[in-house]
Amino acid sequence: MQTRNSSWRGFDWITIFIYLALVFMGWLNIYAAVYSDAHSSILDFTQRYGMQLIWIVFALILALFVLLIDRRVYFVFAYLFYALAIVLLIVALLFGKVVNGAHSWLQIGSAGIQPAEFAKFATALAIAKLTNVYNFKILQPKSLLQIGFILFLPAIIILLQNDTGSAMVYAALILVLYREGLPNWIMLYFVLIVILFILVIIFSNATVLIFVFGLTMLLFAIFGNRLKEMLIYTLASTIIGIVLYYSIRYTGYSLSTTYIVLIAITIGIPVALIYAFFRRIRLIYYLSLFLIMNTAFTLSVDYIYHNVLATHQQKRINDLLGIEDDTQGWGYNVNQSKIAIGSGGFFGKGYLQGTQTKYNFVPEQSTDFIFCTVGEEWGFIGSLVVISLFLILLLRLIMIAERQREAFSRIYGYGVVSIIFFHVFVNIGMTIGLFPVIGIPLPFFSYGGSSLWAFTILLFIFIKLDSSRLG
Amino acid sequence: MQLNITTDKKYIISGIILIFFIVLIIKLFMLQIVEQSYKLSASNNVLRYIPQYPARGLIYDRKGNLIVYNQAAYDLMVVKNQVKAFDTTELAKILEIPPEQIKDGFIQIKKVKGYSPYKPSIFIKQISSKIYAVLQEKLYQFPGFEVHPRTLRSYPHKIAGHLLGYVGEVDDEIISKNPYYQLGDYIGINGLEKSYEKELRGVKGVSIYMVDVHNRIKGSYENGLYDSTAVVGKDIICGIDANLQEYGEKLMANKIGSIVAIEPKTGEVLAMVSSPSYDPELLVGRDRTTNYRLLQNDTLKPIFNRALMALYPPGSTFKIVNGLVGMQEGVVYPTTRYGCAGGYPIGRGVGCHNHPSPLSFTQAIQMSCNTYFCYVFRSIIDKPIFGSVENGFSDWKKHVESFGFGKKLGIDLPNELRGIVPSVNFYDRYFRKGGWNSLTIISLSIGQGELGTTPLQMANLAAVIANRGYYYSPHVVKEVKGTDGIDPKFTEKHYTTIDSTYFNYVVEGMDMAVNGGFGGTALIAALPKIRVCGKTGTAQNPHGADHSVFIAFAPKDDPKIAIAVYVENAGFGATWAAPIASLMIEKYLTDSIARPDLEKLMFEGKLLDRHANKK
Repeated sequence: MQTRNSSWRGFDWITIFIYLALVFMGWLNIYAAVYSDAHSSILDFTQRYGMQLIWIVFALILALFVLLIDRRVYFVFAYLFYALAIVLLIVALLFGKVVNGAHSWLQIGSAGIQPAEFAKFATALAIAKLTNVYNFKILQPKSLLQIGFILFLPAIIILLQNDTGSAMVYAALILVLYREGLPNWIMLYFVLIVILFILVIIFSNATVLIFVFGLTMLLFAIFGNRLKEMLIYTLASTIIGIVLYYSIRYTGYSLSTTYIVLIAITIGIPVALIYAFFRRIRLIYYLSLFLIMNTAFTLSVDYIYHNVLATHQQKRINDLLGIEDDTQGWGYNVNQSKIAIGSGGFFGKGYLQGTQTKYNFVPEQSTDFIFCTVGEEWGFIGSLVVISLFLILLLRLIMIAERQREAFSRIYGYGVVSIIFFHVFVNIGMTIGLFPVIGIPLPFFSYGGSSLWAFTILLFIFIKLDSSRLG
Repeated sequence: MQLNITTDKKYIISGIILIFFIVLIIKLFMLQIVEQSYKLSASNNVLRYIPQYPARGLIYDRKGNLIVYNQAAYDLMVVKNQVKAFDTTELAKILEIPPEQIKDGFIQIKKVKGYSPYKPSIFIKQISSKIYAVLQEKLYQFPGFEVHPRTLRSYPHKIAGHLLGYVGEVDDEIISKNPYYQLGDYIGINGLEKSYEKELRGVKGVSIYMVDVHNRIKGSYENGLYDSTAVVGKDIICGIDANLQEYGEKLMANKIGSIVAIEPKTGEVLAMVSSPSYDPELLVGRDRTTNYRLLQNDTLKPIFNRALMALYPPGSTFKIVNGLVGMQEGVVYPTTRYGCAGGYPIGRGVGCHNHPSPLSFTQAIQMSCNTYFCYVFRSIIDKPIFGSVENGFSDWKKHVESFGFGKKLGIDLPNELRGIVPSVNFYDRYFRKGGWNSLTIISLSIGQGELGTTPLQMANLAAVIANRGYYYSPHVVKEVKGTDGIDPKFTEKHYTTIDSTYFNYVVEGMDMAVNGGFGGTALIAALPKIRVCGKTGTAQNPHGADHSVFIAFAPKDDPKIAIAVYVENAGFGATWAAPIASLMIEKYLTDSIARPDLEKLMFEGKLLDRHANKK
């Protein structure tokens, strides 16, 4: 009895209030998005807002359930949850119902659930359990392999389900790893990789390769403090490139600029390595590796972009980067979504007055594009409130994670932070044209049972773990 | 140490999250507050401005007969995105068009500026009520298609095409110049339809609706607060007498030329015929462009409104003007007599026909003596007080222009020409400065030479004489219903520079020409109970046979009609123009024709071959 009371008091009520606020606002906005005069009662259960209310009630029951279960269950059965999630993902992949081109739904009676939603908290638990081991060293090959396995297994199955968006969520867990020991340079390299990816799509291969080469030279000059050697080397490589270019043109053969740059780089590397060997400059080894990896990355991104990505994915990326502008075709969703949010202005059009959402100009307005209703009807003020709530929630969760005595709770907490952060940024980002359209929901807001329940469980497990940190 | 690194990371991660969220907020700020275009885009999405077209004003003649009215027509519209598979042959059958045209229609709509698959585009214009009746029953079989009612002009009498003009769809140029018009609107393109466009068109209304993404109307915007109702166009009453107009067109059938009849007391145009004419129905609706091209390519130029735009020499009718100017300048008196022995003997000379000699002023007009007016004309130009030919000529020109020659009379129809009255400068250039004198330009004395007058100006001359010295600007419209009278410029008397007393001598001469017995040039124009005054003319034409000209007014003492008739290549004024004018006067004043033989002769006269021969 004593324990129970203290645990009630131990719950982080701030987090719970933010959660309730977000869920309630989500419900109001779903009502506005689906609103029609014919079904004006918010309790009309034939409509999505009626259904969402049922999902919310179930979610609250689930939350209560999660809070009542002994905290040890989450630690002890972490791998079991993970295994169960993987099994469900495979079942959905093999026997699932296809919705919007993704094999991600499991039909249970008349209702359907998306295992991918639940796999998120299971994976977070599994990562937490794995890294919880005393003296766990994240930079050891064995550790990296284990972490990689846990992350990539669900991500790959979800990719196979053709649900790219949900798969990408797992990349966000790099924040957890960073917190648990990944060095800064890996994070920086991660950022560089992202920049390279964007550059490859916008510019030609040759240009990006030259950029990579230039960056390597810059690092050499800065960290090696060898400006003179760097300049000589750069000049030599440039001359090789130009000579190659003209000699090939002179002989009448044609060779793409990419290959010429590539050949120039390839000729240069052995020379640099020999130089490094005799002069004993270790930095050159690292930079050579850096150059080779980035070159390989550049070429493979280009290959993947043109040969592996589906046309609609290419188009969405092109649209985002402003390469192609097609507001009637691929860009339609984002364009309409931007119109909805942009037309909201400072104060918004008022509740239930959003013409873009009410009259269905914005597709998927109650699920992935629910933020449009916020932007259109509540304006910049409303958007600011919602984003601020999410921001406060995330910062609060980081604070809670940091006060944990057990690594397991802390790691899980960062998992929760990473997953929610990724969803919120990507979801809102895609509605305002900052991110390609990948269909992932806005946590606690978007219509749908699976998503709401999964996020509820994800969050409340952490609240439960936190509540008993002292006990 | 270990602890420090991890707490640092806590801040780094919080910082990363914060930066990302600030990026979101900045982007939202740009989108919602800085950028304004999205509000417009949202309105464009949801608001449909559905224009309410008012019925165009009707046009009546002076007796209240309807001459232009509206007839229902329907535009078949299509919303591309709502079209589902349908039986094209069936639709083509209903519309009475070849099935290929259906397929073609879908290609065509995309070419229209502002095309959107979500909005209705015009698929087929102006379907007749008959076809519409069938289509309406079966429209449900063709989702995505809808019908918008429009109106087309219709003409019960099929007369006065030139005068009434026609209506057509606005083009890009008009839209860019005048924001009132939008794609698909109609506008008067010529004739009365053009000059009274503002009165006739009324004011378009608009209903603003909100539509969803499927273009389904969800309700009116702000409960119709910003809607406006259409205001019906104003009806117009013309001075035209439809019966007279129709009769004139019949008389001019198979002839080239023009009749203009004016009521002298008001300046109202009673009839305005330009022959060959065309059926105004040809320039209505879908076939307008095709028919217009056909009419335009016709060698007889039926589109050309000769009444306002053809420049003819006035011929002998102009002797009246010279006589009046001479009297005003005091160089000729009613009693002045000149002998004529077959022509004016000085210089190259001007021939004359056989008539008694010498003649008084009145007789000279009655018998149209060339010699007499050569003397008169030279006396004006060479009048000693002017001191020079140039001054004399300028004075003459001033008088002539006061009759409305060489300038626009300001009729309420588009494309009126000003005509030509030569100037001193013109002759200075044509000859050289000082290289010409009254003898050089002697042709002007008998209405030949460098003069160009429109039939309207000649009818106006008849009106001036009928009024003994003034005219009102000729105008077609008598009343625009619902307004206070017509343009004040049409109720303003324009006096000539000639004292009204001198007109009586001219009137006498014109009376004698018609009713004076022996020597009168226009005896054929006489009517039993009505005193017609007239003057013939034979306008020399460098391109072929002379034009037959006649101007007249009647009755002499209380003129109700003034008229000018031009029949191209028809020879003497007395042969064709005078009888036609006479019949017109008779028709207008008595509403019947007592001379069926003459009428028959005129109806059956075919003078088009003369036109063909001249080439």
